[in-house]
Amino acid sequence: MKKAAKIISLNPEQYTNYSSKDLSKVNKPPDQISRVMSDYLVAVAEHQDQEAFAEIFNYYAPSVRLYLLRNGVDASKVDDIIQETFAAVWAKSSQYDCNRATASTWIFTIARNKRIDAFRRENRPEFNPNDPTFQPSFFESGEQAMTVQERAVTIRDALTQLSPEQREVLQFSLFEGQSYTTIAIRLGIPLGTVKSRARLAIGKLRLALGGQREDL
Amino acid sequence: MSIQHHIHGDLLLAYCAATLDEGASILVATHLALCSDCRSDAEIVETLGGIFLENATTNQKQEKSDQKIFASIIKSHQSTASTSSKSSLDSFVFPEPLRSYIGGDPDELDWQPVGGGIRQFLIKTHDSQTTVRLLMIPAGKRVPDHGHQGFEATLVLSGSFYDRDSWYRRGDVSIADSTVIHHPAAGPEEDCICLAVTDAKLKFRSPLPRLFQKFHGI
Repeated sequence: MKKAAKIISLNPEQYTNYSSKDLSKVNKPPDQISRVMSDYLVAVAEHQDQEAFAEIFNYYAPSVRLYLLRNGVDASKVDDIIQETFAAVWAKSSQYDCNRATASTWIFTIARNKRIDAFRRENRPEFNPNDPTFQPSFFESGEQAMTVQERAVTIRDALTQLSPEQREVLQFSLFEGQSYTTIAIRLGIPLGTVKSRARLAIGKLRLALGGQREDL
Repeated sequence: MSIQHHIHGDLLLAYCAATLDEGASILVATHLALCSDCRSDAEIVETLGGIFLENATTNQKQEKSDQKIFASIIKSHQSTASTSSKSSLDSFVFPEPLRSYIGGDPDELDWQPVGGGIRQFLIKTHDSQTTVRLLMIPAGKRVPDHGHQGFEATLVLSGSFYDRDSWYRRGDVSIADSTVIHHPAAGPEEDCICLAVTDAKLKFRSPLPRLFQKFHGI
């Protein structure tokens, strides 16, 4: 990754051929790529590093496209939302905290929010950590036992330990934006079964991270 | 005091996936503002979203339009200094995002009586599937026996209530479905204010509350 000394030009023509290293074709384990992407995001935030931004765009744009298509976004609107998503990735990069989230997690939440902004009539309210009533946790200074990257690796491993039925519910809900009712119809199972698979899956992931709660 | 009653994993997943209706989302987000345990669960779910995104990269190819998109992002990018707006300190009862929906302190709201000394304040959303309301239950008072046609989630904001062998205090969530008939009671120390989200009308068992229901749209 390039460091601060690089001279930055804002001429877009220079970057039309942006695929400098195309990491998606490099056969690296996903957690290593995730670390690299996190470094790139920090570089964008700190130095407005366009090459780092190109690597991020290059790696994530195709999967954000797939995410939007799976969520039923009209093909004619997909490009617009990809653009809004990555414009926000750049504009908000200074808010990215590599001790709180992996690059993939952060970009997922931005893509999700851009999809909602564009297509959901209803709002999706969020809490505000700067609100005076917000109750911070003991660990939220970033001093958790595991780093976010380690947590992500643990979650990735735990995901493979879930039953295929549980994984399927997570995937349909989180990556395809389907309601539990839709999933129940799609799988031909009762709504309650879909919900209990979701609960069990989340419970197991929490347990894998050393969570103590068992109330689901 | 740490929170004892949490939102269930299925609600949390639906909230993080943005498939949950707005009414229930207000409740989940307000609980998250008060509960770091559930925030940690929400982080697990969002990390999972990131993992699904990573998994999707393997078979995906660049589209021709990606180059155009990239070029126009670079072109239009101007460094935007982010300004974080400080929220006002006027109310500690209603955390965000709930406060923005309500727009006032408990004393300033136009509470409507719904019988038995209980008062409600209906919260407007864009969501036609759920009813979202604040309920103010006088200290020590019991809510009349009621069942549910659908789902009811209640988040305590001040005071406390006792229901089905448990105490619920600020930040705690009680979930009831169509199998539950209950009559929760507010704790004796102060009036209990809670946020209640229902996806169908409540079914009161005695005639007087039913009459109130007719006039007040509970």
